[in-house]
Amino acid sequence: MSQWLKLVARNVLRHRLRTSLTLVGLIVAILAFGVLQTVVKTWYAGVDGAVPSRLLTRNAISFTLPLPKSYQKRISAVEGVRRVTHLSWFGGVYKDSKNFFPQFAIDAASYLDMFPELLVPDEVRRAFLSERRGAIVGRKLAKRYGFKPGDVIQLRGTIFPGNWEFVICGVFDGRDPKTDTSQLFFRWDYLNEILRVRSKAQADQVGVFAVDVVSLDSVADVSQAIDEVFRNSLAETLTETERAFQIGFVKQTEAILISIRVVSFVVIFIILAVMANTMAMTARERLREYATLKAIGFSPGYVARLILGESVLIALIGGAIGIALTPPVAARLAELSATLFPTLFVSVNTVMLQALAALVVGILAALLPMRRAARVRIVDGLRALG
Amino acid sequence: MTVLSISDRPTGADVLIALSDVSKSYRRGAQIVPVLSRLTFDIRRKEFLALMGPSGSGKSTMLNLIAGIDSPDHGSITVGGEDITLLPEAELADWRAANVGFIFQFYNLMPVLTALENVELPLTLTSLGRRDRRDRAQLALSLVGLSDRVKHLPSELSGGQQQRVAIARAIVTDPTVLVADEPTGDLDRQSAKEVLEIMQRLNRDMGKTIVMVTHDHRAAAHAKRIMNLEKGDLSYLVEQRLE
Ligand SMILES: Nc1ncnc2c1ncn2[C@@H]1O[C@H](COP(=O)(O)OP(=O)(O)OP(=O)(O)O)[C@@H](O)[C@H]1O
Ligand SMILES: [Mg+2]
Repeated sequence: MSQWLKLVARNVLRHRLRTSLTLVGLIVAILAFGVLQTVVKTWYAGVDGAVPSRLLTRNAISFTLPLPKSYQKRISAVEGVRRVTHLSWFGGVYKDSKNFFPQFAIDAASYLDMFPELLVPDEVRRAFLSERRGAIVGRKLAKRYGFKPGDVIQLRGTIFPGNWEFVICGVFDGRDPKTDTSQLFFRWDYLNEILRVRSKAQADQVGVFAVDVVSLDSVADVSQAIDEVFRNSLAETLTETERAFQIGFVKQTEAILISIRVVSFVVIFIILAVMANTMAMTARERLREYATLKAIGFSPGYVARLILGESVLIALIGGAIGIALTPPVAARLAELSATLFPTLFVSVNTVMLQALAALVVGILAALLPMRRAARVRIVDGLRALG
Repeated sequence: MTVLSISDRPTGADVLIALSDVSKSYRRGAQIVPVLSRLTFDIRRKEFLALMGPSGSGKSTMLNLIAGIDSPDHGSITVGGEDITLLPEAELADWRAANVGFIFQFYNLMPVLTALENVELPLTLTSLGRRDRRDRAQLALSLVGLSDRVKHLPSELSGGQQQRVAIARAIVTDPTVLVADEPTGDLDRQSAKEVLEIMQRLNRDMGKTIVMVTHDHRAAAHAKRIMNLEKGDLSYLVEQRLE
């Protein structure tokens, strides 16, 4: 065993350049695989993170169209509804249009109560509730633009005309790594107050109502009941679970996600081909050594295991480095992508998938050379140049 | 030197290796190339036999058959009373590990192992412990005069030294027979002489049976007997009289 390991380890180090190049390929492949898998997972993360008892009520025609604020009371009155809050997409530009990040106008108290995944320190919450122009920003967003409590920032409206000033009240964190902390929340009452002056037609409206249901079992009934209330009214509603809403959003991009996923596996397949070629070349060069070992009395299995060990060792070293590099690279990518990917959190699942991919590459790449080395007749192997 | 006839066969317990009616041919495409046909002869215990003959006459083929790394199409080969042609692959490998020491033209050492580790290699197939293996390998290396080169890799040794390491590897398991296919074919005259003298000593002082294929008459002169293989037939034997 130790003899085997010694031979395997030293054989790995034999062709430094070849091993290094193969390693670089493996590292890049496993890294790319991990990052792409993480991108796909993150895209679906909203779906996973959706709270099953939360419903979203939107305009039936399109979620880009608003609903009257007055609906809130009527939704609250529907049986099975515990509480209702609302949020409105603001779509403002901070300094330059390339600085995209989501901003929502919310009813501060009720929204923060209903979305406990936003961790807002008590003093920040108090400040937010007492400052009309107040805004809270996620950790990631704050880091990106250096927002600090007390800062006054200006957003240029795209949906709502004019310039808007906000006072940063503080920073919130995500309850788990998947929570988006690249958002800014400010007060809807402030928005509405100014709209009444600047753009009366847009006043007293909200984007989406978020509805908390008393019992999970009644989710379907409640959503039907809500939509029933507004049937044949000026703005009909569509109520669905947060999950369904997210899935609907993700569905639009599904083709892209599938392509990314396919590419991630193609990358692994390519490195498998490269690795198999390397191992075939290596084993071919050592045919005479393998024949010598067999002549001396070592079994064909022992010789095959030398090749397997070498292949798997290289694959695992490359895999380990690739895995180690994935989180920092994913983090950097998340940063570069601005707020497209709020967080690129590499899951344990992805890491295991990467390790598995590396192992499978190591094993598959060795199979043919193993077979050849094990089967070659000793007298033919001894004649081989090497 | 005396020329003996092929019929002058040793008898009884004196015989170590017996080939009887051995045929071997190779298939090249649709063509069948006969190499050895109905060959019968014996090799004595403690023999040092040199096999000579023109290129392509089947010397290596015959040596490979005796060493159990190739099998005849027909006939039997017994070594120490055991018919090795009847052994299945795996048992034949075990038999080689216990009974055959190989010396190759190009040494065939493991490039990644030191001299000592190379010599130790065959012992890892035995039940010997680490220490015993080390001691034995060390002893074998001292027998070929390389005690001071144990830590060297093959690439750090001369051709002659590498071949001596290979000899140490071949004898470390104390095999029944040593087979050598042109062991000096790649060496300069001085190194060849050293290697041959070691082989001669192994035969004379330790009673090792050696079968050596060579093209070189000077090399063959170190053997006790010389056989000439001509188109698959053993044409004559020369008995070497050592003073
Ligand atoms: N694997 C093989 N396939 C086909 N023919 C072979 C094979 N091995 C040997 N031969 C043929 O068998 C014959 C004898 O080969 P062998 O290697 O035994 O000769 P040799 O006497 O050792 O020659 P040399 O002195 O050149 O080493 C040659 O004609 C060779 O071409
Ligand atoms: Mg030959």
